This record gives sequence, structure tokens and C-alpha cells, in this order.
Amino acid sequence: MAEDNEIPFMQRVLDNHFLLLFLGIAVPTVLYIIWGIMEIIAIPVAK
Amino acid sequence: MATTYRNCPRTGLQFDTAAEKLMRWNAVVGVVFLLVGGIMALFVILTRWPSVKLLPADQFYLVLTAHGVDMLLVWIIFFEMAVLYFCSSTLLRCRLATPKWAWVQFWLMLVGAAIGNYAVLAGESSVMFTSYAPMMASPLFYLGLILFAVGALIGCFVFLGTLVVAKNERTYEGSIPLVTFGALTACIIAIFTIASGAVILIPTFLWSVGILKEIDALMYRVIWWGMGHSSQQINVSAHVAIWYAIAAIAVGAKPLSEKVSRFAYFLYILFLQLACAHHLLSDPGLGSSWKVLNTSYFMYFAVMASMIHGFTVPGAIEAAQRAKGYNNGLFEWLRKAPWGSPAFSGMFISLVSFGFLGGISGVVLGTEQLNMLMHNTFYVPGHFHATVVSGTTLAFMALTYFLVPVLFKRELIAPKLCALQPYVFGISMGVLSLVMMGAGTLGVSRRHWDMAFSGAPFQYEWPGAAYLMMGLTGIFGVIAVIGGAMFCLLIVGSLLWGKKLDEGKVTTERTPFPPNTVAANVSGHGDAEHASVPGTVVLAMLLLVSFVLYYFVNWKYLSEVWGLS
Repeated sequence: MAEDNEIPFMQRVLDNHFLLLFLGIAVPTVLYIIWGIMEIIAIPVAK
Repeated sequence: MATTYRNCPRTGLQFDTAAEKLMRWNAVVGVVFLLVGGIMALFVILTRWPSVKLLPADQFYLVLTAHGVDMLLVWIIFFEMAVLYFCSSTLLRCRLATPKWAWVQFWLMLVGAAIGNYAVLAGESSVMFTSYAPMMASPLFYLGLILFAVGALIGCFVFLGTLVVAKNERTYEGSIPLVTFGALTACIIAIFTIASGAVILIPTFLWSVGILKEIDALMYRVIWWGMGHSSQQINVSAHVAIWYAIAAIAVGAKPLSEKVSRFAYFLYILFLQLACAHHLLSDPGLGSSWKVLNTSYFMYFAVMASMIHGFTVPGAIEAAQRAKGYNNGLFEWLRKAPWGSPAFSGMFISLVSFGFLGGISGVVLGTEQLNMLMHNTFYVPGHFHATVVSGTTLAFMALTYFLVPVLFKRELIAPKLCALQPYVFGISMGVLSLVMMGAGTLGVSRRHWDMAFSGAPFQYEWPGAAYLMMGLTGIFGVIAVIGGAMFCLLIVGSLLWGKKLDEGKVTTERTPFPPNTVAANVSGHGDAEHASVPGTVVLAMLLLVSFVLYYFVNWKYLSEVWGLS
């Protein structure tokens, strides 16, 4: 644990491959896909 | 069965023999599809060339679909599977996790690619790479793509599993090597890409067999581009990793700052996929906030990351060359670089083309207002031929010249032709991209098979320059196809007739990479010792000035579209 604390925070983030995987999926899914789908759903239906 | 390792006597690399076989097969099949896609490219070029106009419309869209699918997906992702296995198992000196599943990856991708190609060549799926709904292809087309994507997803998990194996077996110390980190970035983007593909292609398949009644066209475009554009972002991460690898192999270069390079990859992981939105900048159903934030704000973080890589790779080469004593003037390090090595020349031409042509045009296309000037014009394929072909394909070709003796244990045949090939392909593809973008700026459409609109009730008078640009597209396109054919012939010829090389010892023991070898250079850590790189700074300033000038010239064009008086 003491050894872990000596490693800089950013390096610990970059060495955590599954955290990177989560971020790499979550960020574009939220900003591009989900936000994009919400935009489309918000288009009023023609009457 | 115990894992066996082959020690390459030329590089010091140690290959898990099971992984090595998979790398070879993935790379070979990739090159076969490059050949198929290249033949299709010749037909596309000879049809868009106004004075030749070889094929009728139906056959043109058929070959264009096959060209797009084979080049943008099949060739590149097969090769990337080989790169993922190399960067994990070989650079981390460990066994490949679950080789049997890796074979499932290979066969699913091969069967998927074969079914997809059959569906296109049978003439019932001429929907082009984008396959926009409500245009419907044969169900086999979507099925082929789904099988291919599932195979690629399995390959990504085998890569991640191998990282876990290496960590558990402590085959490396500290962080994974920078090149492997680049491959990890490509793998993460690939998983997002494939997930987006699954979300849209599975319902589209169900629609094509009649189970679903309709597919919303706008929803399709948004989610499809999550796959269509992100698949090209896998390429960016993979080819940047290859730039670092070849710089280390060719001149023993170390990054100027490993921390900064890793951070640039982190920016790719977070933001690179958001560039998908630039295909939808003219879609009225999506709001400006979504468009502008995704393309003009978040994407600029990824652009900054590319500029970091674009600076640090030549900077690393300059630092390594200066440390060897090439210190005269600004550019002796560059003049004395190993330009006769196709691995180095291919990598450097790829880097310059990607930065100057692909990078600058990408930022212009990603600006919402400027995008209106060239949306869906011939500019778009001009841009992605600079990124995906001059950038990615040429980098993969460069790596292949290194892999033939190392992985396939064969000497390259016709070394002079091998040395010439990256110049023929790279320079012609660079000019081709430029003239395609020139034609697009003049309004030539992206996909219409006949720019003259022969027989249409209303004719459009193109300026002579548009026909000139399309004629030049034909000429340089044919030269680029010749360059691609040279590559296929030289590589296949080397595999069949190249002199057999010493395989090296096969053992069950893992051994550390010997110092001062290619293996130690590619997998090592640490920054370059000679930190002053004035030549690279000048090159970077040249890129910046070119970018600023080109960017504002386009704003001037835009201001002339509508008069304000």
C-alpha cells in the first residue's frame, strides 16, 4: 500500500487498464450516442 | 501443453509460438483483402476519371461498396489483430491468453468477411460502406459484418486477457511499454466501435429479414457513425503506436517524454471517438450544441493529442540521430536518416502525410461552419485517403517490411524495389488526396459516379479546374494502385521465394530481452537523453503556419458563399 502511494496519481490511472476501458466506453457513449439519441427523440412528431 | 517461445536471432524478440502463428495468419489474410480492395480501387478510379468512365452506375456502386468494406474494415482490422497480439504477447514476453479463442476470432472474421464480400459481389448489396438506411442490403451483408465484428471483439478480449496474464506473471516492471499502451488505446476504441456496430447492425439485420418494420434513418446514421468513424480511430491509435515502434527499431529512438506521450494517448481514449459527429454536421435533426461540443471542443483535445504525437515521434528520431553525432545544422539528422529502409521511409511519409494532409483537413471538416463548404463532396474521401491510406495503410506496410524477416523468417526479395515502394505509394497517395480535396472544394460530389450528370434535364457547368482535378485524381490514383500492387507482389513474393532465415531457438523458458537489441528498444522505458530538437520545432512551426493559413483561406471561401449586401 505504501508502495502504491509513491506512484503518482496519473500513472496509477494510466496503469489501470480496466478503468481506461470504462472511461473509453463511457465518455463517447454519453457525449455522442446517448446525447445524440436524446436529440433525435426530442424532435416533435409531424402532425 | 506447455507454452513454447522462439527467440528471434535478429531482433532479440521472443515469440509465443502459438501467438506467432496467429499474427502471421491475421497479417496474411489482411494483405489478401488489401489486394482485393486494391483491385476494386482501380475500377473506382477508372470510373470517376471523367475521360475514362469505365463502369456503368450499378457496377460502380458495387465495386465502391467492396472497396470501402475491404479497405476500411477488413484489411485494417485483420492487420490490427496481428498488431494487438504482437504488442501484448511479444512485447510483454508472455504467453497469449486463450489461443483457442484467438483462433475463433480469426475464423469468425474470415467467414464474416467472406460472407460480406459475397453479398456485395453478388450484386444485391451495393449500399456502399455507409449502408445508410432505408437503403437495404441483402441480409448476408449485415450478417457478414456482425460475424466480423464479433470476431474482432473476441480478439480485443484476448489482448486484454494477455495484459492480465503478463501482470499476474510479472513479465514486465512498472507500466506497460509505450507501444503496448498505444495498442491498448486502439483496443479500447475498438470495443466502443464494435458495441456501436452491434447496437445498429443487429436491428438492421432483423429489418432486412422482415422481423422489424423500419429503421429510423437519422438514428441509424448517428449510431452507425459510432462504428464507421470510430473504426478509423482504432487505426489512428494503432498507426501512432507503429510510428513509435519503427522509430525505436530503425534509429533506437526513445520518446522525448514518455509521460506526455502516454497522456496524449489518454486524450485519445477520452475524446477521439467524438469526431464521429463531424459526419452529421449538416443533419438538421441534431442540435448545434451536440455538434459543436463534440467536434469543435472535445475533438480538439484529440487533435492536440495527435499534434503531441506528431511532434514527439520526429522529435524522438531527431534526438536519437543527434545523439549519434548528426548535429550539423537543423536537418542533418533527417538527411542521414535510413531513407533506404522501407520500414523507416514508409513510417516517416505516413507521419508527414497524416499530419499535414489528414490532420489539417480533418480539423477543417470538423468545424461546423466550414463543413458546409465541403460536406458530402469529394473532399471527404480526399481527407480520409490522407488519414487512413497515407497514414494507416502506409504505416502498416512499413511495419510489414520489418515483420517479413522477423515473423515470417524470410529475406525480402528485390530490396531496391522494396526501398522504392513506400515512395511510389506514399507520394502518389499524398497527391491523390490533395487533388481529391481540391475537386471537393470546387463542389464535385462525394459519390456520384458521373460528375457531368450526363442526360440530366438540368446541366451544371463545372469550372475547368474541377475536371483537371478529377483527371489528376485518375492519374495519381492509378500510380497509387501500382504502388499498392508493388507492395502485395513484394510481400507475397518474399513469403514464397525469399531466402529462408535462421529461426532461432525454441524453448519453454522466458528470458529477458538482451540489451541493445531491437526488442529492448521497442519495449524499453525512459526518455531521450538529447532533449534539444530544433529541427522538429521548425517542422512543427511549418505545420502550424500551414494550418493557420489553410484554415483562414476556408473561412474566406465561406464568406463568399452568401453575399452580405
